[in-house]
Amino acid sequence: MTIEELEQIAQSVRQENAKYDYEVNVCMDLACASQGSGKLKEELEKSAADSGKRILVRRTGCMGPCSHGPLVRIDPEERLYEHVPPAKAQRIVDSLGGAPIAELQCDLNEHFESQVRVVLENAGYIDPEKMDDYIARDGYKALLTVLLEMTPGGVIHRITESGLRGRGGGGYPTGLKWGTVAKAAGGVKYVVCNGDEGDPGAFMDRSVMEGDPHRVLEGMAIAAYAVGASKGFIYVRAEYPIAVSRLTTALREARRRGLLGNNIANTPFSFDVEIRLGAGAFVCGEETALIASIEGKRGTPRTRPPYPASSGLWGKPTLINNVETFANIAPIVRNGGKWFHDMGSERSKGTKVFALTGKIANTGLVEVPMGIKLREIIEKIGGGVPEGHTFKAVQTGGPSGGCIPAEMLDVGVSYDALLKMGSIMGSGGMIVMDDSSCMVNVARFFVEFCMTESCGKCIPCRAGTAQMHTLLTRISNGTGTLEDLELLEDLCVTVKEASLCGLGQTAPNPVLSTLKYFRNEYIEHIVNKRCPAGVCGMEAAAEVLA
Amino acid sequence: MSAENDVRTLTIDEQEVSARPGQTILEVARENGINIPTLCHLDGLSDVGACRLCLVEIKGSNKLLPACVATVQEGMEVSTDTERLRRHRRTILELLFAERNHVCSVCVSNGHCELQAMAQEQGLTHVRLPYRYAKFDVDASHDRFTADHNRCILCLRCVRACAEIEGAHVWDVMGRGIDCLVITDLHEQWGNSTCTRCGKCVQVCPTGALFEKSKIGTERPKDPQFLPYLNLMREAQ
Repeated sequence: MTIEELEQIAQSVRQENAKYDYEVNVCMDLACASQGSGKLKEELEKSAADSGKRILVRRTGCMGPCSHGPLVRIDPEERLYEHVPPAKAQRIVDSLGGAPIAELQCDLNEHFESQVRVVLENAGYIDPEKMDDYIARDGYKALLTVLLEMTPGGVIHRITESGLRGRGGGGYPTGLKWGTVAKAAGGVKYVVCNGDEGDPGAFMDRSVMEGDPHRVLEGMAIAAYAVGASKGFIYVRAEYPIAVSRLTTALREARRRGLLGNNIANTPFSFDVEIRLGAGAFVCGEETALIASIEGKRGTPRTRPPYPASSGLWGKPTLINNVETFANIAPIVRNGGKWFHDMGSERSKGTKVFALTGKIANTGLVEVPMGIKLREIIEKIGGGVPEGHTFKAVQTGGPSGGCIPAEMLDVGVSYDALLKMGSIMGSGGMIVMDDSSCMVNVARFFVEFCMTESCGKCIPCRAGTAQMHTLLTRISNGTGTLEDLELLEDLCVTVKEASLCGLGQTAPNPVLSTLKYFRNEYIEHIVNKRCPAGVCGMEAAAEVLA
Repeated sequence: MSAENDVRTLTIDEQEVSARPGQTILEVARENGINIPTLCHLDGLSDVGACRLCLVEIKGSNKLLPACVATVQEGMEVSTDTERLRRHRRTILELLFAERNHVCSVCVSNGHCELQAMAQEQGLTHVRLPYRYAKFDVDASHDRFTADHNRCILCLRCVRACAEIEGAHVWDVMGRGIDCLVITDLHEQWGNSTCTRCGKCVQVCPTGALFEKSKIGTERPKDPQFLPYLNLMREAQ
């Protein structure tokens, strides 16, 4: 495969698309598919064939605002239709070339306006199972450019220059990590893609793997060239069967085209990727546990150092990056490090994909430049809390993150700012809560998650999270005392400081952040035996009083 | 300077010490008579850094490091006995005592139990946390040994001794988090497992979780000191 051949494929796709007057893109991601977009696409195809118009009906990955699904976008007019039932397929086909259908029109200009799409640039525009669609949108151009024109050092320099930081949550500078692995001694090295997205309410990585799988492969191949690896693994959770099947198709296509395998583009560089399935353990998202799991061992973390960069998979230097990190690589190589560096805030560059969920009008995936205010994400892009309720807190970073109250919404989103507020960036889950949520209950929910997902290796996490859960249960059922609260705070410190891996070290965050910003709710539960939000039953207290 | 003569100097608790590169903080501390509490560590077995009792403070870093796996660095200033560390150690011991049923008065290991001794050493006088009153089965199916999971602290010495020293790998772990359980084979009864009856796991067990039937008691404590010698002899072969 050469750049010219790549260009020819892109050309033929464009020619093929030019035969049609209209493109009807149907979002077939999980949220839309569960609301009947599969049937809708069939109906659209039938109507299109009967209409005599030249219409291309295409399935695409996630378009973003999932709560408005099933979504249909008509190109070239860029009309977006929401909540489209299969019965409206005929109406849509009939209206092509005429006036838009008023009752289906989706008015989300504000939602899209503040977004900048880098990782999701192809989402909603390509068929995830068609490699040619990806190539037509500059796919694999970056890989071939790198292989034919750049040195590994040059690639690392470009990534370093971009200021990209790991999107899995830690925020470690990606260029630095690549450089470390590149410098590590040894002939055998590995590149691992972490697709074990386990945070409740987060689905950024799933959406990328399902909607644009080649982007991940391209990023991995570029990384492999930069660090000197010839073998890669994608670790995907088994709960993502569609992602696995899309990646499998993508791997087969890429091999067939010679973009994976031996001597890619007639250079000495060889690289291939294997998919490994996780068995549903949250802790396997931690890099050392993930490595153990790929090796076929029990998925438990080990102490670092040595870091995987020097001793990882089977003791070899290993580069581990998250799906979203790899998805950023091709655009950075294509557009240059400076282009990426110009986006975002001072120490957090580029864009970040967030999964907006909870009590908010427009739930779904959004991609925003770093440094954007939380308020803008929630009120403008998210459409705010539905009427009749008021905003209370936003939980970022999944079970290891913290709850951020209304008064801190004007802070710009960045790794450091979130850390300062007692939360973390995490992989990018954002759960919005309104006045109907009880913060004690929220903390208890997340601690319960960490308790059941603890691997059990180290004592602070194994027994500490279980004890925290017991104490929080006491508080929420009305039997808690102020001594329990003191004990809880004490425990949080030990679990945070003494746990072995990130899971334990961050497990107390939901408790600590709610205690910091919503302490009065805890006190209400303990002293007045009352849950201000009316969520906790206070069963035990009620029994005593009766 | 050749690699063998390469020496690191550092201070542990304000005492200047020297070490070979690659030595752990724990090794160097013990060579110099400085006590760092440990439970999962045992001379002769690989280290896992799981009990977190050996956490130490390094000057200039907010992170606590497990001394059993952290290697020495030139000029490192290590503190092993600060108020912060003592607090964590006590809390960790409390967590252990509350996790399962450690009732010393009715335990075969009373008087020579590493957990009990550690609690005394760390000045643990009471447990503030609610007891969980674990209800695990006692496996007495083996003709020589008994496993009482209610006294297990999941240090996994038995797993490591069986895999690394005996080479049988009969012991392993099942379950996650608070429900973790050491098991023989694929959760067979110990008596019906592929156990080689060597008894190393019993000798290395720090509590009364694994014990020899009708033998181990106050009059015959466990002795895990054979491991380093065994390793030395094996290397000499």
